[in-house]
Amino acid sequence: MGHLTTLRHPEAAARFVADTPRAHWHDQALWFMRLKRDRAAAQVPEWERLRELAQAIKAHALANLPALLEQFERHATAAGATVHWARDAAEHNRIVHQLLFAKGVTRLVKSKSMLTEECGLNPYLEARGIEVVDTDLGERIVQFRNEPPSHIVLPAIHLKKEEIGELFHQKLGTDKGASDPKYLTEAARGHLRQKFLQAQAGLTGVNFALADTGAVVVCTNEGNADMGTSLPPLHIACMGLEKIVPRAEDLGVFLRLLARSATGQPVTTYSTHFQGPRHGSELHIVIVDNGRSALLGRDPYRRALSCIRCGACMNTCPVFRLSGGHSYGVTIPGPIGSVLAPAIDATAHAALPFASTLCGSCTDVCPVRIDLHHQLLAWRGDLIAAGHGSAGKRLALHFTAWLFASPARYALAGRLARFALRVLPAWLLRRLAGPWGRQRELPVAPLESFRDRYRRTHGRS
Amino acid sequence: MAAREEILAALRRHAQPGAPLPVIDGVSASFPDLPARLAEAVVAVGGTLVRVPDLAAADTALRALPIHRDAKRIASLVPGVGAANVYPSTVKDPHQLEGLDLSVLPGSFAVAENGAVWIEGARLPHHALVVIPEHVALVVSAADIVPDLHAAYARLDLAGRPRWGLFMAGPSKTADIEQSLVIGAHGARSLVVLLVG
Repeated sequence: MGHLTTLRHPEAAARFVADTPRAHWHDQALWFMRLKRDRAAAQVPEWERLRELAQAIKAHALANLPALLEQFERHATAAGATVHWARDAAEHNRIVHQLLFAKGVTRLVKSKSMLTEECGLNPYLEARGIEVVDTDLGERIVQFRNEPPSHIVLPAIHLKKEEIGELFHQKLGTDKGASDPKYLTEAARGHLRQKFLQAQAGLTGVNFALADTGAVVVCTNEGNADMGTSLPPLHIACMGLEKIVPRAEDLGVFLRLLARSATGQPVTTYSTHFQGPRHGSELHIVIVDNGRSALLGRDPYRRALSCIRCGACMNTCPVFRLSGGHSYGVTIPGPIGSVLAPAIDATAHAALPFASTLCGSCTDVCPVRIDLHHQLLAWRGDLIAAGHGSAGKRLALHFTAWLFASPARYALAGRLARFALRVLPAWLLRRLAGPWGRQRELPVAPLESFRDRYRRTHGRS
Repeated sequence: MAAREEILAALRRHAQPGAPLPVIDGVSASFPDLPARLAEAVVAVGGTLVRVPDLAAADTALRALPIHRDAKRIASLVPGVGAANVYPSTVKDPHQLEGLDLSVLPGSFAVAENGAVWIEGARLPHHALVVIPEHVALVVSAADIVPDLHAAYARLDLAGRPRWGLFMAGPSKTADIEQSLVIGAHGARSLVVLLVG
């Protein structure tokens, strides 16, 4: 996967914020998306009801996955598609490669699929002599840079147009110094049009798979999924098994929520339903587990499987906005990624549930109402209990628990703290407060505690 | 097959009871003037809408537009609309459609809330007709406007015969470079909805 870093989030984030103007720019860019989402949501009076329905439909789907997947397979097969099952990333990659190899495919165009990022499909295929071209503009940009997307909807949101201009100058021969987005997009259009015309197969992700019809639905704004599948005679659609929804009519709910939550658009430009292959072509659907069935058995985290990958939790998250997607070191960053990643590898990703202020904004904007900040808090407990915290953090938590367990100790600590805040110099207090004090003034201590005040005004407590 | 059985068995182990499938209600949008709302919605997604009384007027209106005037290669699947000189049903390989300037396609119905038009795959000799041309014109009857996607899916009844189709809302677009909206990413650089009647 390009160069996913094993750097812990705090260190990677510290590097990101070290460039203050750039961190601020990134913050504003994502906040702009959040505002667009708010405006779009406010225009739909039924918004909260839609979220309730989306949550309930996903809950039903997760509770009935085996039956729904079998139903989907039956209908998709009847429509002429071939369904494959993959237990893990390696099996998924093998299946895709075999399909391409059997047809002698050496040139593949791909539209966005976070699943294939998760599986590391591109390097796997490239090592076997297949040219893989990501055709979403943002994904092509990060592919040129040999790095993973930094955001699931806006893959190149961490880059400035001048950097993309320089990149395109090197890769596509655009004018030196040119950075106009319209000009650069036009250059990419011409470049990728050739790739589409030369491709022998197209691979897409799946936004929704309909159990009652066997259709897979793919949503894009650029039209790259439609370009990639309407020219070559082979279409491979890769989906995590949680993408299933029971009925076609459920799409009415999800399509109204998805684009509004993602970018503030009322709907994506192209919402394409593939129900069986088009005439003279083949459609292969690969259903992937890769840890999902295990996650289904873990309360409360199973609800994270409801995610429809809109990215709203990233756009609103103060930590994401000020640390950038790459700092998470996982395919799906941000609040939802911080819930998903520790389930795959708790040791590698133990820092992620702490990359949150627990402000709850992610939960507020989630179109399927995943209780993200509660899950992040639950992970913190689980990870510390399992010994994943640093020794210092464990000690501090044990000490705090000991302190809070006794009213007398708590009262004494409060008195000491108020005293210290009054008498110690500010520089020393900031030092004592640790990283928290680095950019903050500590509060002015009140003369009496709430307990003292209550006792004074109401007699004995 | 081993993979399939193993995955399904793992899922069955973790199945949880309950969670009934909800009835989708209480979410319908309603608009006093469907065509007016549709026109607004199409503009909001970057398209344009031209209302005409009949197909002959649709043809006249389309021919007056620069996307038709400046086009060299035009395909039309709507008889009588547009001066077609490419005939997709006689084209064997969709790659030959590259270089098409304009395709005129029938829209089955339009969605007032979001400006999307349903294009039925069975009516297209090649799916590429949706994305390969420089510009797309969709011809939709004013009688065929539904208020929202719920009504749209009720009308589609997808559980019938297998089919390919899509909702298209405005022209192809991207905002992947510093979130600057650029129209014409891979597909149509412009989309006009000709609303007839």
